[in-house]
Amino acid sequence: MRFFTTFLVALRALRRNTMRSILTALGIIIGIGAVITTVSMGNGAKARVEAQVASLGQNIITVYPGSFSSGGMRGGFGSSTTLTAEDADAIMAEVADIEGVSPEVRDRNQVLANGLNWNTSINGESPDYPQIKNWRIVSGSMFTEQDVKSLAKVAIIGKTVADQLFPNEDPIGQTLRIRNLPFRILGVLDVKGYSLFGSDQDDVVIIPYTSHMRRVSRRTNISSILIEASSSEKLDVVKQRVEDLLAQRRKGREPDFTVRTQEELAQAATETSKTMTLLLGGIAFVSLVVGGIGVMNIMLVSVTERTREIGIRLAIGAHGKDVLLQFLIEAILLSLLGGVLGILCGIGASELASYYFGLPTLVSTTSVIIAVAVSTVIGIFFGFYPARKAAQLDPIDALRYE
Amino acid sequence: MAPVVQIQDIHKIYDSGEVPVHAVRGVSLDIHKGEFVALMGASGSGKSTLMNLLGALDRPTRGIYKLDGIDVSQLDKNELADIRNQKLGFVFQGFNLLARTTALENVELPMLYGRHRKVSSAEIRERAHYCLEIVGLAKRADHMPNQLSGGQQQRVAIARALVNQPQVLLADEPTGNLDSKTSVEVMGVFQKLNEQGITIVMVTHELDIAHYCKRNLILRDGVVVRDELVKDRLIAEHELGKLKQAEAAAKLTAAPAA
Repeated sequence: MRFFTTFLVALRALRRNTMRSILTALGIIIGIGAVITTVSMGNGAKARVEAQVASLGQNIITVYPGSFSSGGMRGGFGSSTTLTAEDADAIMAEVADIEGVSPEVRDRNQVLANGLNWNTSINGESPDYPQIKNWRIVSGSMFTEQDVKSLAKVAIIGKTVADQLFPNEDPIGQTLRIRNLPFRILGVLDVKGYSLFGSDQDDVVIIPYTSHMRRVSRRTNISSILIEASSSEKLDVVKQRVEDLLAQRRKGREPDFTVRTQEELAQAATETSKTMTLLLGGIAFVSLVVGGIGVMNIMLVSVTERTREIGIRLAIGAHGKDVLLQFLIEAILLSLLGGVLGILCGIGASELASYYFGLPTLVSTTSVIIAVAVSTVIGIFFGFYPARKAAQLDPIDALRYE
Repeated sequence: MAPVVQIQDIHKIYDSGEVPVHAVRGVSLDIHKGEFVALMGASGSGKSTLMNLLGALDRPTRGIYKLDGIDVSQLDKNELADIRNQKLGFVFQGFNLLARTTALENVELPMLYGRHRKVSSAEIRERAHYCLEIVGLAKRADHMPNQLSGGQQQRVAIARALVNQPQVLLADEPTGNLDSKTSVEVMGVFQKLNEQGITIVMVTHELDIAHYCKRNLILRDGVVVRDELVKDRLIAEHELGKLKQAEAAAKLTAAPAA
């Protein structure tokens, strides 16, 4: 009953100064709004990164060559030339729980077709490649194991290459030349878009890795080995088995390879967006604290401005506790009001951002709950000092105050 | 019957400054139910201090103050607040109404702090309305203070002071901010209340205002130097009648000249 009447009194006091109440709450509105917006943008970015990672294919393990070193001079990561197609064959033959293996040979080269030319990535892969990468062939078909064995001059191409070299034609069955060798186009890959790191994944020509090694790049080593494990639970086991097998094949020598899973890659990417969210969230939090100090400021001014009112209340029988509670409730109500409006603003801003800038946003319930909790705490924290100041006033002095 | 206000050799010394100020130096006083007392004195005579002590806003340094049989001089801050809420009603010189708050809500205020009664908001409203009726402002219940004249504001303040049915109504220069005619009107309200048995103590420095009361106390240098009953007491109703006649006369004489 007593709390209820005090609540009523506080509500009346806020209503009497509508404009000031709104302005006070503005700091909180902006603070909470900023927090909600940044967190939802961060969440959206994270979700997009996750989707991109998933689009790379799932349960993928990649073997990279180690670093080359000769006579004390050390090359960088992947500079060693010791990874071979035989390593890939051995993995396929000996490691259990594997869906597919593709030895990769990568190169950039000029390609000619149709009187046009284009500089693009020439990747040597195995027929397992589209399945491993979860990448559909929209027209035509993939080359076969037979093509790999016979070093066939066949290719499948990405959408960008198709658009550049065959703007108005169906590329299937056409020929493109790499290093003056004619390759027959068997298929066109589905659009995959940009990678996590910003490169155009559709700007690619894929040929059998054997053809790449013998006919195009004329080398004996491969760039990496792509392995798909049968399930995500098996990922770590398979990784371990691959490491063991490769170490065994290099008996006595330093291990000159690195085995990485897709998840590690994804983690690095997620880490980046997490850092961004943290940074933006930090800035938003600072503005929230500033908003809280704004509430304290106004409440302090309000205590001075309303000294007479406090005097009247004390003179006609309010206890110090009643005044304390009233001012505290006012501060909490203001913060809470700001919190609720801030949440609405934040959701609105997130929607606007995703509508106008194409930024993905995801408003999470957790951030809404935290926002409400934080604004209440701000109300209590920053409202307590002014409220106590009001409660400690002497009624005689307060009534005499001009 | 025991007096409502019993003061025995009360002292108040302020020692916050460099020199202690002995504002009230041994006042003894009994006020009985139904009295209408004017407390007079020049500034610095200690009348405001005495008023604060009577109003339980302050505690005496020495002496005993019994209000309705309760020894107020020994109570703590919160108990004093309860005494003010239940036993006393305040009317101030500057009206002291809450701004941007309707007359009705202003009158309700003391009931929101009432300790021992559990009153529903409907009853609170009804009671506040009744008190506004007593002072003749029922029609202005929804007006804000800035929409009311000084006299009306003071009547709202009186209604607020009445709302918890106090033992004593304390008024600190209630006519200080009003013109002479409005002052008489407000004194009329006080006299009407006093006739209904309400005890009133008021501070004033205007002699003619003091003549509307039943008993005059004069303070000088913190002691009561005179305590007498008013002989030819002014009746607000008559005085108002006279004022109206005078005004009418002024208009009559003014009319042909215009």
